[in-house]
Amino acid sequence: MIPKMLIRGGRVVDPSQAIDDVRDVLIVDGVVAEVGAGIELPEGAQEIDANGLVVTPGLIDVHVHLREPGGEHKETIATGARAAAAGGFTAVCAMPNTDPVVDDPAGVGFVLAQGTAAGAARVYPMGAISVGQEGKRLAAIGEMVEAGAVGITDDGNPVMDSGLMRRAMEYAQAFDIPVADHPEDLGLSGYGVMNEGLVATRLGLHGKPNASEDVHIVRDLLLGDLTGGHIHLQHISTAYGVEAIRQAKARGVHVTAEASPHHLIFTDERVEGFDTDAKMNPPLRSPEDRDAVREGLADGTLDVFATDHAPHHYDEKEQAFADAPNGIIGLETALGLGLTHVVAEGLLDLSTLVHRMSVAPAQAFSLPGGTLAVGSPGDVTIIDLDEVWTVDRDVFLSKSQNTPFHGWALKGRARYTIVGGVIVWSVGA
Amino acid sequence: MSQPSSSLGKDLVGLESLSAEQILTILNTAEPFKEISERRIKKVPVLRGKTIVNLFFEASTRTRVSFEFAEKRLSADTVNIATSGSSVVKGETLVDTARNLEAMRIDMVVMRHGSSGAAKFLAERIPSNVINAGDGSHEHPTQALLDMLTIRDHYGKIEGLKVCLVGDILHSRVARSNVFGLLALGAEVAVCGPKTLLPRDIAELGVTVFSRVEEAIQWADVLNVLRLQLERMEAGFLPSLREYNQVWGVSSAKLEQAPGDLLILHPGPMNRGVEIDSDVADGPHAMILHQVTNGVAVRMAVLYLLTGGAPDTAEAAKEGAEG
Repeated sequence: MIPKMLIRGGRVVDPSQAIDDVRDVLIVDGVVAEVGAGIELPEGAQEIDANGLVVTPGLIDVHVHLREPGGEHKETIATGARAAAAGGFTAVCAMPNTDPVVDDPAGVGFVLAQGTAAGAARVYPMGAISVGQEGKRLAAIGEMVEAGAVGITDDGNPVMDSGLMRRAMEYAQAFDIPVADHPEDLGLSGYGVMNEGLVATRLGLHGKPNASEDVHIVRDLLLGDLTGGHIHLQHISTAYGVEAIRQAKARGVHVTAEASPHHLIFTDERVEGFDTDAKMNPPLRSPEDRDAVREGLADGTLDVFATDHAPHHYDEKEQAFADAPNGIIGLETALGLGLTHVVAEGLLDLSTLVHRMSVAPAQAFSLPGGTLAVGSPGDVTIIDLDEVWTVDRDVFLSKSQNTPFHGWALKGRARYTIVGGVIVWSVGA
Repeated sequence: MSQPSSSLGKDLVGLESLSAEQILTILNTAEPFKEISERRIKKVPVLRGKTIVNLFFEASTRTRVSFEFAEKRLSADTVNIATSGSSVVKGETLVDTARNLEAMRIDMVVMRHGSSGAAKFLAERIPSNVINAGDGSHEHPTQALLDMLTIRDHYGKIEGLKVCLVGDILHSRVARSNVFGLLALGAEVAVCGPKTLLPRDIAELGVTVFSRVEEAIQWADVLNVLRLQLERMEAGFLPSLREYNQVWGVSSAKLEQAPGDLLILHPGPMNRGVEIDSDVADGPHAMILHQVTNGVAVRMAVLYLLTGGAPDTAEAAKEGAEG
């Protein structure tokens, strides 16, 4: 039996109900039973004193790579789900580019079962668009949704065949799931390993032009026009891409999009010195692109703040730049970075950041949660806005350490992460 | 006066991070070392007792042999490792290879590697001196140094000269090192080639860009003609070698239009009839074999300086005194 929980006296910030006020939150049987002032502690209920803390709907990261099956040396579903909880996330969407690829209902079932067994953040599986993510024929989309997939994507090996992408966007509509795309024209990217520009030219590293991303953003938006399907564009990194999405939203295309912490903070200058923790895909780009991504997150063109958590074993990153794999981990730093480098810098207010990290992701993927409305799942993140802490990759719960933020001082951190009325992580636990 | 430590630092990874003074120190130090190779007994004891590993992850004849001669003429003990037949092809990582070499207490590594940044990567992980003998498309500092030494031999200076690199700039570590070094020494630098083989924003480094070699010939005091890797056609950068030769190849007919003295360099190995015609390669403008000779002297200078040799004692060192 799930015990009752009363979260007492916190500043409840729930953008879904336009609440920003001191309230108590009562969770009974794993769901929100009441939000109000002066709620009496029910018998046998666990009480959390949230005085001075911020209480929000559980944060959701719609873009994580948990590597299991096939990449368990980098991360497992269990370690990833625990890292998510430590970062304040109550749910994550697991990308299907594992080995084997999650492209059938058995794979979806496996991810769900491992997620449940982990007992940390909820793990929602994503399925592949195409069989084996090979971009040739549609995967078992309907069966995967039936088994619990919340969306489809070939992230990691994006669909080059625009005809197949069209069919996916048409077919997926029967199941009310988004088609998520890592927008990249692999032909234009060539053997690029970072942003194309002066830094790449100086370092002798091959570049990926913005156009390699923009061409597919525009393609997908046009397919949105054509099919009426929901396209979810992952980790937008270009100024033109942000503007194209803004215009598409204005004309009614059903599009949602992500901004990732690193694209808001860094530019390609960060690659200086060949640091492989600055290697990701899409790459870190120009100051103009970074500023446009920030503006896009601020005005809601980019609905969702998502990490693209991409664990890699240290041996794999300990190579020459071109030889190292793409990606950085993000689950345990995203909230602190958002509070320190987005909210504290005045780009978004706290409520809007919470929106981008809970309400918007829940809506984009039709997930339960993202709200503290009565009857919603008892998924809650309790945040200490004042805690100053230093990022230390050696104490991460993630199995990997590949972060460019090691040693950074951040202000603001999850104090408790509560899933279905159960504390799955708390500071010092 | 001898200096307590190397005037170059621990490593020579590239020219971008070097000052004009440091580059000139290397070129000036190379001058006395030129003569050693002209002796009947080509050996001085400057690096006696030093162990040097030549670690070549990519095929090389000229650069590897040049380094090896430089090392041997300075009396170092040398070991050559090439990728074929080494543990590298058995899957060993670069960092493990480096640690194993280090465990054998070597003094210096000369490395060529296919990935940009590999030399810096190695230099940050081992206490030995590291000399970059070419890393990906990044830098090939000793090649640019020998190019500059050759230019200076002919014109007596670098500053104010107009030097154009011709060909596949995109993939060329020789081009980048030359751009950085020549700009540091006050030369005017240009690049010329098909736009498919020019890196993005190259002009922002402070170089002029020519799309046709005829323009470069009108402008330049020196053309440094780069080797065209034959696999560039399959990758779609060029239609054909024949067309490349017609448009960007350096021929005597094109050189006849040069307004003045024009020096032709080529880092080798040449594709005769592609980027350079035989009558140019064998003609009076070409300094190609002079470059090769200078390569040994420049590498001796770098080896000497990195192991703590002082620039102003190079003359004494080559006479047999301990450096």
